[in-house]
Amino acid sequence: MNLNALWAYANPKKFIQATDRVLPWISILAVLSLVVGLVWGFFFTPEDYRQGSTVKIIYLHVPSALMAINAWLMMLVTSLVWIVRRHHVSALAARAAAPVGAVMTLIALATGAIWGQPMWGTWWAWDPRLTSFLILFLFYLGYIALWEAIEDDDTAADLTSILCLVGSVFALLSRYAVNFWNQGLHQGASLSLDKEENVADVFYYPLLVCIAGFVLLFIALVFLRTQTEIRARRMRALLARERMG
Amino acid sequence: MIALLIRDLRLAMRAGGGFGLGLAFFLIVVTLVPFGVGPQSDLLARIAAGILWLGALLACLLSLDRILALDWEDGSLDLLATAPLPMEAIVSIKALAHWLTTGLPLVLFAPVFGLLMNLPEAGYKPLVLSLLLGTPALSVIGTFGAALTVGLKRGGLLLSLLVLPLYVPTLIFGAEMARRGVEGLDITTPMLMLAGITCGTIALLPFASAAVLRVNLR
Amino acid sequence: MVLNVSDLTIARGGIKVLEGISFDLAPGGAIVLRGPNGIGKTTLLRTIAGLQPPHSGRVDADPESLVYAGHSDGLKATLTVEENLVFWAQVFGNTDISKAVKSFQMARLVNRPAGMLSAGQKRRLGLARLLVTGRPVWILDEPTVSLDADAVAMFASAVRAHLARGGSALIATHIDLGLPEAEMLEVGPFRARAAELDDFDEAFL
Repeated sequence: MNLNALWAYANPKKFIQATDRVLPWISILAVLSLVVGLVWGFFFTPEDYRQGSTVKIIYLHVPSALMAINAWLMMLVTSLVWIVRRHHVSALAARAAAPVGAVMTLIALATGAIWGQPMWGTWWAWDPRLTSFLILFLFYLGYIALWEAIEDDDTAADLTSILCLVGSVFALLSRYAVNFWNQGLHQGASLSLDKEENVADVFYYPLLVCIAGFVLLFIALVFLRTQTEIRARRMRALLARERMG
Repeated sequence: MIALLIRDLRLAMRAGGGFGLGLAFFLIVVTLVPFGVGPQSDLLARIAAGILWLGALLACLLSLDRILALDWEDGSLDLLATAPLPMEAIVSIKALAHWLTTGLPLVLFAPVFGLLMNLPEAGYKPLVLSLLLGTPALSVIGTFGAALTVGLKRGGLLLSLLVLPLYVPTLIFGAEMARRGVEGLDITTPMLMLAGITCGTIALLPFASAAVLRVNLR
Repeated sequence: MVLNVSDLTIARGGIKVLEGISFDLAPGGAIVLRGPNGIGKTTLLRTIAGLQPPHSGRVDADPESLVYAGHSDGLKATLTVEENLVFWAQVFGNTDISKAVKSFQMARLVNRPAGMLSAGQKRRLGLARLLVTGRPVWILDEPTVSLDADAVAMFASAVRAHLARGGSALIATHIDLGLPEAEMLEVGPFRARAAELDDFDEAFL
C-alpha cells in the first residue's frame, strides 16, 4: 500500500467525508463487541478461586488502562505529525483524543479502587502503577487546560504539541522514578506475550473482545470529536472572515 | 549573555524581594507544617527531608511566572528575540538567573530550616547536596512552563498545573536522596538519578522552551 | 539592497491581512508605511523583523542587520537610563552609549531610573536604544507616539543622521515626520481580499 495516499486524509474535508462513511460501522462494532465481551465476561466465566467475583472488573479495568496509555501515545504521534508536516487535522485529532484519554484514565483509576477495596482492603495505595496513572491523569489535565487557555488555534496546536513531547519524556521518567520510590501491591501485567504470566484462558478470550471493544469505542469517539473540532475551527474561521468584511 | 544575567540579577535586587521572597515563603511553609501535623519532634524528624523538599519546590513555583512575564509585558522579549543572542541562550540565562535568586538561597538556608524541623544530624549533608543538585532542574523546567504560559492573562494557575507534574521525577529522587541520608542509607543511586535529570533538563529543555517562546512571540 | 520584500502576504491569527507587498530598501533610504489602524502595519513590521513567519512571499535581509522597535520600549523601570542603554548596547555587542545620549539630549537624565521618566522621555530612551545597537536597518512601529514637537524634530534629525551614515529605516507612522527624502508606501491597496468560499482545505478557508 502506498503510504503517501494516507496524507490525503489530512485534508479536513476529505477526513470528514471518509470518517462519515466508516463511523457508523465502527460504532456498531464497538457496541457489539463491548456487549458480547462484557456479557461473556460477567456471566459466562467461572469465578476466580482466590478473588471470587471481584475479578470480573478486569473486563473494564484492563481495557481502559490500556487505552489510557495508548491515547497518550496517539496524541504523541499526531503531535509529531503536526510539528513535522503541519496538518491541521492531526493537531485537532490530538486535541480530540485528550478528554477521551483522560476519561479512560479515570475509569482505570476508579475500577482499580473498586477492585482494590475487597482485594487489598484499601481504596487507594501509593503503589507505583496507581501513582503513575494518577500522574498521567495530571498530564492529561494540563494538556487539556493549555488547549482551552490559548485563543489562537495554531499557537495552541504548536504549544500543546511541544508540551505533549516534553510531557511524554517526563511521564516516562516519572514511571521509573515511582517504581524506584515504592515497591507495589499491584500484580504484574495481565497481558503479555509470555503465556506463562497471562491470566487463564477462560478470562483471556472475553478480555480480548472487551479490549477490541474499547479500541473501537476510542476510535469512534476520536473520529467524532475530531469532526466536531474541525467544524468548530471552520466556524471560527468563517466568523473571523465575516468580521474582516 | 553576561549582560542579560547581570541585568536580571540587578532587577531582582532592585525590585526587593527577588532574593527574599522565596526564602520567606520557605520559612512560612516550615513554620506551618508543625501546626498541621503536631509538634512531636520524632515525627518532624521523620518528615523533615520531604517537607523541606516540598517547601523548596513550592517556593520555586511561586516565582516562576516572573521569569518571562515582565520582559513580555514591557516588550523586552520582542527586542531580545531580534538581538544576536539565540533564543536558547536567552531562556537558559533566564533559568540561571531564577536559580541564582531563588534556588541558591534555598540551598544555602536549608540547614537553618532543617534545624526548625529537627532534621537528624546525618541528614544535613545529603539534604543540602540533593537541593544543590535538584533545584537547577526546577528552574529549567519552570522556565519551560513560564514560556508556555507567557502570553496568557491568567497564566499563574495554569503554569502550576503544567509544571507540577513535570516536577515529579525531580522531587521523588531529591526527597528520596535526602530521606536515605537521614536514615543513614546509601544515597548513590538517587543522587546519580537526580544529577542525571538535572543534566538532561539543562541540556535539552532550553530547546523546547525557546521553540515555545518563538511561537508565543508570533 | 539591504532589505528586499517580494510578493509578501502576511497573516494575523491565521487570517490574511495584507497581500502582494513588494518593495526594496536601499542603503541610505527610508520608507514610511501609511494606512488606517488595524490594516496590519504592525504585523508587517513584525514579519519583516523575523518575529513571525510570512504567510507566503519572501523577505530577504540579513537578520543581523535589522533592529526592531515596537510599541513598547523594553525599558526596566528600576534601572537607570544609563543602565538600560548599556544593557542593550552589550546585548548587541557594543559598549559606547555617548552618541545615543547626545542625539536624544538625555545627558541630564542618565542617572535617573527609567520609571521616573515621563512618557515622552521614555520614548526618547527607547529610540536612543536604536543607536546603541549599531545595526543599519531600523524597523520602527509608531516611533513618535507621546513625543512632543521638539522631540519629533529630534527623532527626525536622528533618522536623517542615520541615513546619512548609510543606514536605512522602515517606519510606520500617522504623522508627518518632516522627512521629505523618505518614500511613502500606502499599504491600504494591499489589503487582503477574503478568501473564496468554496472548498475548505488545510487552512479552513
